[in-house]
Amino acid sequence: MPYEPPVESPMHLRDALAILASEGSRPIAGGTDVMVQITGELGPPPERMLDLWHLQELRGIALTGNTLSLGALTTYTEIRRSGRCREHAPALVEAAATIGAAQIQNRGTLGGNIANASPAGDTLPVLLAMDAEIVVGSLRGERSIPARAFWTGYRETALAPDELVLRVLLPTDPERRVRFRKVGTRRAQAISKVVMALSWRDGSSAGWQDVRLALGSVADRPIRAKETEAMLEGRLPTQATADRAAASIAAEIHPIDDVRSTAAYRRAVTARVLHRLIRDAGGW
Amino acid sequence: MSYRLLVNGDPVEIDVPGMRRLLDVLREDLGLTGTKEGCGEGECGACSVLLDGDVVDSCLVPICQADGHVIRTVEGLAPASGSGLPSETAASPQLDPLQAAFLETGGAQCGICTPGMLMAGQAFLASGADPTDEAIREAIAGNLCRCTGYTKIIEAIALAAARPSFDGVG
Repeated sequence: MPYEPPVESPMHLRDALAILASEGSRPIAGGTDVMVQITGELGPPPERMLDLWHLQELRGIALTGNTLSLGALTTYTEIRRSGRCREHAPALVEAAATIGAAQIQNRGTLGGNIANASPAGDTLPVLLAMDAEIVVGSLRGERSIPARAFWTGYRETALAPDELVLRVLLPTDPERRVRFRKVGTRRAQAISKVVMALSWRDGSSAGWQDVRLALGSVADRPIRAKETEAMLEGRLPTQATADRAAASIAAEIHPIDDVRSTAAYRRAVTARVLHRLIRDAGGW
Repeated sequence: MSYRLLVNGDPVEIDVPGMRRLLDVLREDLGLTGTKEGCGEGECGACSVLLDGDVVDSCLVPICQADGHVIRTVEGLAPASGSGLPSETAASPQLDPLQAAFLETGGAQCGICTPGMLMAGQAFLASGADPTDEAIREAIAGNLCRCTGYTKIIEAIALAAARPSFDGVG
């Protein structure tokens, strides 16, 4: 049997934060990443674990005014089944449906995807494209970190060692469109080769406004493609726009070769996917 | 730590490390070896069981997270077979409708994926979803069969869904 570090399973957030602050235990939510990481085969196993699963404070999906709030322990299955998510964050629902399969979606959590900080995390480009706020907390209090400032390096985040992800705030804007696309080796159980979220506000004849283009699996962390966003600003989704944007994103990103794909493939596919999303939006 | 769960209808109390995988508790501590370990990392679905009716990979669930919950394994599918725990006296092997359908269509070859396929299929049937080919394929997308026997497995799930004997109870 694999190594079994000691674990505490607090029932209240305050107790969990106290344990984290004093013992520095490794948090575990749905376990779909952590259970694979702690076996000792991928580096030294953690000395102690902190089980977050029983913290009701970290559950629930709520709509308050123009903000959709999702508790950190919200599972991908809960996202897929949520009427509020389907209405206000359909791209997040799409992303959740591409993660693993039923077994993973029933346990894996949004907060876990955020804290695990994989460059290939499938919900993360959606959070970037929606300009999500990630609310984190410790015994010192709560603070809100914009998604664009959350992932600071390869599997590094802005979380302090005593902080947990508590919930995610998504602004709901009926004028904003968000599109999602993941490319993997198969439709289920695949880690992405490229994952993309594109969002804009419809400005009718003034073209797209406040464009956000977010990507996973093409850098050491989930990124926004600022140059291509600027290029798309104020444009209409025409073939000329799609051609220019595809050339722009191919030049802007610097993916790497790894076990899942090659830099050349990722660059070509990213350009094609962006071209396709613009074409679909333009209806041509 | 002591943990309590309901396994195939029987209350179980066990004293094991909290990070022990549900898979190891089932196989090693309770002797329920119907649940198989394939990859041990959530890729293959061989260790699929139902946790409160939801299909999960038991290799990814530490027992501390299953405390107080309801577990159903492949041993708990057939209605007359009891819990499958070693303390039970074996009863006549009456098959669950899904198991019978796997038998009829030839939905098993080497057999190592079969318990996981059955549990993923059971979760799908219990969900009451429309049993289209597409929906069944998605329901078992987390279960790998290396004999490449998917077609007959999909046929088996569709057959079970079409049977009036299926009561839809997960």
